[in-house]
Amino acid sequence: MRWIVIASAALAALPAWAQSQSEARNLAAACAICHGTQGKPAPNAPLIPLAGLPRDHIVAQMQAFRDGRRPATVMHQIAKGYSDAEIQAMAGWFAAQKR
Amino acid sequence: MKRRDFLKLAGAVSLAGCATPVPSKARVVVIGGGFGGATAAKYIRLWDPSIDVVLVERESAFVSCPISNLVLGGFTGMQEITHGYDALRRHGVQVVRDEVVAIDAAKRSVRLAGGSNLGYERLVVSPGIDFMFGDIEGYAAGMAAGRVLHAWKAGEQTAALRRALEAMPDGGVYLLSVPAAPYRCPPGPYERISMIAAYFKASKPRSKVLVLDANPDVTSKGPLFKRAWSELYPGIIDYRGNAKVVAVEAGAVRTEFDTVRGDVLNVVPPHRAADIAAKSGLITTNNRWCDVDWRTMESKVAKGVHVLGDATLSAPLMPKSGSMANNHAKIAAAAIVAQLNGRSPEDPKIINTCYSFVSGKEAIRVSSVHDWEPGKQTLLPVKGAGGVSAARSEAEGTFAWNWARTIWADSLA
Repeated sequence: MRWIVIASAALAALPAWAQSQSEARNLAAACAICHGTQGKPAPNAPLIPLAGLPRDHIVAQMQAFRDGRRPATVMHQIAKGYSDAEIQAMAGWFAAQKR
Repeated sequence: MKRRDFLKLAGAVSLAGCATPVPSKARVVVIGGGFGGATAAKYIRLWDPSIDVVLVERESAFVSCPISNLVLGGFTGMQEITHGYDALRRHGVQVVRDEVVAIDAAKRSVRLAGGSNLGYERLVVSPGIDFMFGDIEGYAAGMAAGRVLHAWKAGEQTAALRRALEAMPDGGVYLLSVPAAPYRCPPGPYERISMIAAYFKASKPRSKVLVLDANPDVTSKGPLFKRAWSELYPGIIDYRGNAKVVAVEAGAVRTEFDTVRGDVLNVVPPHRAADIAAKSGLITTNNRWCDVDWRTMESKVAKGVHVLGDATLSAPLMPKSGSMANNHAKIAAAAIVAQLNGRSPEDPKIINTCYSFVSGKEAIRVSSVHDWEPGKQTLLPVKGAGGVSAARSEAEGTFAWNWARTIWADSLA
């Protein structure tokens, strides 16, 4: 009986998982106007690709932009618009994209 | 429209790269291939390749308003801002060159100028703007006679305005009239002033830029623009606020108070959501704009119809910009994919960034983050986020070009 309960719990969690994946994907899509579709900038662009960057690295950079430790022309202003949870979600989504 | 009619239509356009390995779940029709429509078409395909997407666009290529002011200044050419639709086809978007002449939201069908009907499960309307020429006496006749240009939709008007500036003798007056807000691209007029002043300074130093702004003052990035004008173009720009143009004459315009002479007349008329939105009953507010549910971009008056871009009744403090249209498209794409897969749409959160050049290499910028506010049922700027450039710089110029090339690719390739 127990495996059925576990399996149904896992199944019940699926829509929530799909929802959180879509939310991360949507948040990340807003970045594409400067960073490129799915975090892949055009060849010779002045920005490094976000696609495939380690999640923790992206999170650390966003936090450094947000609290002013990393100087920027624009990212200090953008980063202030996002919570830790949103930054984690976007960073995880970019990290999972192929370069 | 029956399935076999659609296949005939599909056969009329290139099928190369359109092989969808899964059976179609639904069809989405997109009207307009600008920053909004092209992005919506591409992202629906990216996020759910089992949805068929047909993009109806009347032009053979996209001509970008962003960067078009650099064409006027002679810093780049028309080919740089002109982009075809072939790359969208690689995502499996069916691009049909035609014009939608009627929308039947009850029957979920659109009629094309070519005569056929096209059914849909969801419709995306991203038509841009059309001008209210009737608000300015003599405009239509003046435009037909070649006496006045708007150049506020990029394309032939952009090239014509550049030719007129080149033909103008040194010592002449370029006159720009700015409509009252809201209008497409709030900083656009002020970037245009800067670009044409830069051209005059280098090539026609006795010429003047005369600005009649219907708004009381510069509507976007005011201190940054004014500082650039006084430091880079002293004596060239004559800026006058609260000056609404009411009539166009030969070689002059009339405001509510006086007649002002100009050698090149660039009068931007007030605008509204484009004609197809007007004749389909999608305009809800002031006979000009289309109100939408900002969680899904769905029209407040037509079920299953999502309206994007400059045609919308803007959310609070949201500009009519290419960045916003591209982001509206992603809200609509996410909502449509969720709805067609039986999920409820996610709450949106989007970013605006608008760069403006103030010289051939230096730019300034304004940014904001817009988050869904459930209590107010709209998108609102996040407090404490966003802002403008610290100062004009070549670094912002580099990022401005990056933004342009990247958003063109994000929308169209």
